[in-house]
Amino acid sequence: MSADALPRAGLAVVRGRSRLFAARRASSFLPRLGLAVYLLALMLPIYWLVSMSLRSNEDIMSTLALWPHHPSLEKYVFILNDPTWVHAFLVSLTYVAINTVISVTAALPAAYAFNRYHFIGDKYLFFWLLSNLMAPAAVYAMPFFNLYYAIGLFDTVWAVALAHCLFNVPVAVWILEGFVAGVPREIDEMAAIDGYSFPRFFVRIFLPLIANGVGVTAFFCFMFSWVEQLLATTLTATDALPFAAVMTRSYSVAGMDWSLLAAAGVLTMIPGAVVIWFVRNHIAKGFALGRV
Amino acid sequence: MEKSLNNRAWLMVMPVFVLVLFSALLPMMTVVNYSVQDSMGQNNFFWNGDAWFRDLLNPATEIGARFQNALFKNLSFSLVALLIEVPLGIAIALCLPRSGWAVGPLLVVIALPMLIPWNVVGTIWQIFSRADIGLFGAALTGLGIPYNATQGAVSAWCTIVVIDVWHWTPLVILLTYAGLRAIPDAFYQAARIDAASRWATFVNIELPKLQKVLVIVVLLRFMQTFMIYTEPFVVTGGGPGSATTFLSIDLVKIALGQVDLGSAAAMSLVYNLITLTLCWIFFTIMMQLDRRRYA
Repeated sequence: MSADALPRAGLAVVRGRSRLFAARRASSFLPRLGLAVYLLALMLPIYWLVSMSLRSNEDIMSTLALWPHHPSLEKYVFILNDPTWVHAFLVSLTYVAINTVISVTAALPAAYAFNRYHFIGDKYLFFWLLSNLMAPAAVYAMPFFNLYYAIGLFDTVWAVALAHCLFNVPVAVWILEGFVAGVPREIDEMAAIDGYSFPRFFVRIFLPLIANGVGVTAFFCFMFSWVEQLLATTLTATDALPFAAVMTRSYSVAGMDWSLLAAAGVLTMIPGAVVIWFVRNHIAKGFALGRV
Repeated sequence: MEKSLNNRAWLMVMPVFVLVLFSALLPMMTVVNYSVQDSMGQNNFFWNGDAWFRDLLNPATEIGARFQNALFKNLSFSLVALLIEVPLGIAIALCLPRSGWAVGPLLVVIALPMLIPWNVVGTIWQIFSRADIGLFGAALTGLGIPYNATQGAVSAWCTIVVIDVWHWTPLVILLTYAGLRAIPDAFYQAARIDAASRWATFVNIELPKLQKVLVIVVLLRFMQTFMIYTEPFVVTGGGPGSATTFLSIDLVKIALGQVDLGSAAAMSLVYNLITLTLCWIFFTIMMQLDRRRYA
């Protein structure tokens, strides 16, 4: 008896678990339904965009079609073969990447300092940083133009990358601070006792501990920089024209080229989707780790 | 645990400080400069004192009435958007599975609307909300609801709300979901032992644990809705009449449309001051919550 007692006990546990799961499955019907309805509402406009990109302009403007009757990839082929569009796409990716790197790098030590130390004016500085999140870009567009023109960065990817720091750096500090708070202070002290210099501790020990935070922060910086276009279009003219600016151009050519615009719109979703695919597990693992 | 006092921490904050100062201070000074001067064109500026501000804050003047109107519209819009987005976001985050293969793809799909550049969002809804060729407009008309996003004032305003809910509820969901995942399983096990109902678990465990994340969500969403620009600009152009002329739209109209830089600058300063005050209130609440946690 004693020989199979253990497996049996194990089986009982498994059975108990499966009963629990069954109960949970029954009670999870309503949430699933809610989720399904929400996802449907969420996807419909996106589906409409994709569908529009596959239809011709006359078709879009004349009938309400639930699906494209004569789908064609013509607009995508056009965009991918047009150097202006391709260049603009690369420009957008470049300044977004530069901005993400700058924001996260600058924000890392700052987030650590805000979480671990008191210093003169710390609260005011933090609030001032956050207050820049609500600066309406519309107000800043003109002064920014003057500023970047004066320092000779106008119409370069650097101008846009630096301008987007205005709201991305505060966001990065804010998000990272939450993750830093999740790392116990004892780790800092132990590393100091072990003879780690601060920079070495920060890079070798601390960074791996908040890798989730870095991933999530990078995603948010990427997102906010990728979707912003008022500043991006104001600060560029020809060489560093972002994707969004090329899109606004297609408004004027022979009325509205809805189909082309939709195809370009679909393409703009891809980089973001790729980035979030990479950080999906970091996001799921939790924001602000232990302190929510 | 107490934080230690260390003013050398400023060195670590310095890069951030310089970066943001560079982008924030100079443009701000330009705006302040404009707000106290008047121009006769050709870059001839002269001192105008507080005249722009007095006009702006007096509802009897044309610009004052406009400002008050737009401010009221902004506040009501932010309120309605938050009242819909926050509960909806929490509800959906609770519906998401806590683990499993589906989590990754679901999060990616949910985040999609946020990843679309704002003018494309406008473009989508411009067509999507049309009664003749757009599904949303056609569906509402089919249900017998008088709806016209570009002609009816109520429709236009509601359309902007619907767009904002569609566009930004994902942010609430992502942050809330991440917050929910950070709650240790032990809390749920304790709740199960106590045979707590789903509602009791939510009110007594999840909601208190989400407090901090929710303050961040509300603050972030408030700031974003308060400075809403692109969606109404693309979809309704601020119309019909002034139904969707929010502050930032009015601001750009005055600054670039009428080249009335003084008024626009004064307006943006007052606008900033209002957001600053409201955010200070949120920020103080946030700090209080933090202190209570460390105490």
